[in-house]
Amino acid sequence: MCTRAVGALSRFFEEEGVPTTGISLVRLHTEKIKPPRALWVPFELGRPLGMPDDPAFQKRVMVAALKLLEAPAGPLIEDFPEDVPASTEEVITLACPVNFAQATVASEDAEQLHESLKSEIACLRAWYDIAVERRGRTTVGSSGLDVAAIGDLIYSFLQTGKLESPRNDIPPTNLLKLASDDFKAYYFEAITAQPGQEYASSQALTDWFWDETVAGKVMMAIKNKYENSEDRALRGAARGFLVPREVARLRKR
Amino acid sequence: MPTFNTFPWVKGPPLSERRVAIITMAGLHRPEDRPFTRDSGDYYRIIPGNVKSSDLIMSHVSLSFDRSGFQQDWNVVFPIDRLRELADEGIIGSVADYHYSFMGADDPLKWEQQGRFLSGLLKKDKVDGVLLIPI
Repeated sequence: MCTRAVGALSRFFEEEGVPTTGISLVRLHTEKIKPPRALWVPFELGRPLGMPDDPAFQKRVMVAALKLLEAPAGPLIEDFPEDVPASTEEVITLACPVNFAQATVASEDAEQLHESLKSEIACLRAWYDIAVERRGRTTVGSSGLDVAAIGDLIYSFLQTGKLESPRNDIPPTNLLKLASDDFKAYYFEAITAQPGQEYASSQALTDWFWDETVAGKVMMAIKNKYENSEDRALRGAARGFLVPREVARLRKR
Repeated sequence: MPTFNTFPWVKGPPLSERRVAIITMAGLHRPEDRPFTRDSGDYYRIIPGNVKSSDLIMSHVSLSFDRSGFQQDWNVVFPIDRLRELADEGIIGSVADYHYSFMGADDPLKWEQQGRFLSGLLKKDKVDGVLLIPI
């Protein structure tokens, strides 16, 4: 979707007299749209510059894309010649030192589940604070809610299927999406601040969140409970706002 | 998938003389900005050229891409530090005063009018090189 958008916008700007170049993450889309200049890169969706914390690699991608502005004629698609460097680290299996997920979602005791979720959030708080201090930033914040409040919101949604937005300016279903993104960001930033887990792959993080945490299990439980609801908004939120389709598909097997 | 019958192509000076803006599809914005919606006309946010890494968060609607790279290093999505370095090294001429972020989960044909309007703003910022980046 995004590579299509890059191609279309590129054409609009160029038609108005502004020279453009762009990165393509999906070569087939770029071939169809034919923007003036594109650098195809063999990287994971979400990482168009390839490698976090590797300025030299990122700069090579940038220069390759920008150099296309000097090409004599187009449209053209150039292939970036490098893959993301293979990790020399062992595959990291992430684990919060305390695993709250075992006896929770399967349990009939809703109060215990809520307590486990709150404990898990609190357990990660110190590591999240370290992550923010170390990086000088956080990507948590798009919902405008505190993470503890997000935990309560998501737990309550699982129990009742109803959402009451604490914010007047954002519709409840939009807030659910933003809150769940913040929730995941909090967990990911916290776990990657722990020793030996700084360079966890996106797959390792995904597996950890959805298989090992109460938060992941609660969000999956919302999807399973409401994805066939007769309430259209509830069904849409359960299907589209919480669990990536691929994550759900793999765990249904 | 939209198809087009034209092949627009604008020439310009050498890269070392170009003023470059980044336009990302990652749904980035400052925490004080409104999160992205899919409402008609609500298509982009402005990112000032002097933005700090602590100033940007993401409110993209899609669940189907990795976000941990951005959490670790914003340059893997919005490489403004690299662009500043390229300007310092003389590889590009300068960095634009304003950059822009779209939330690239929508039909881009809806963006045509605002895209063309934005090109006027880029020209006023003397931009003659736009780097568009998907997510």
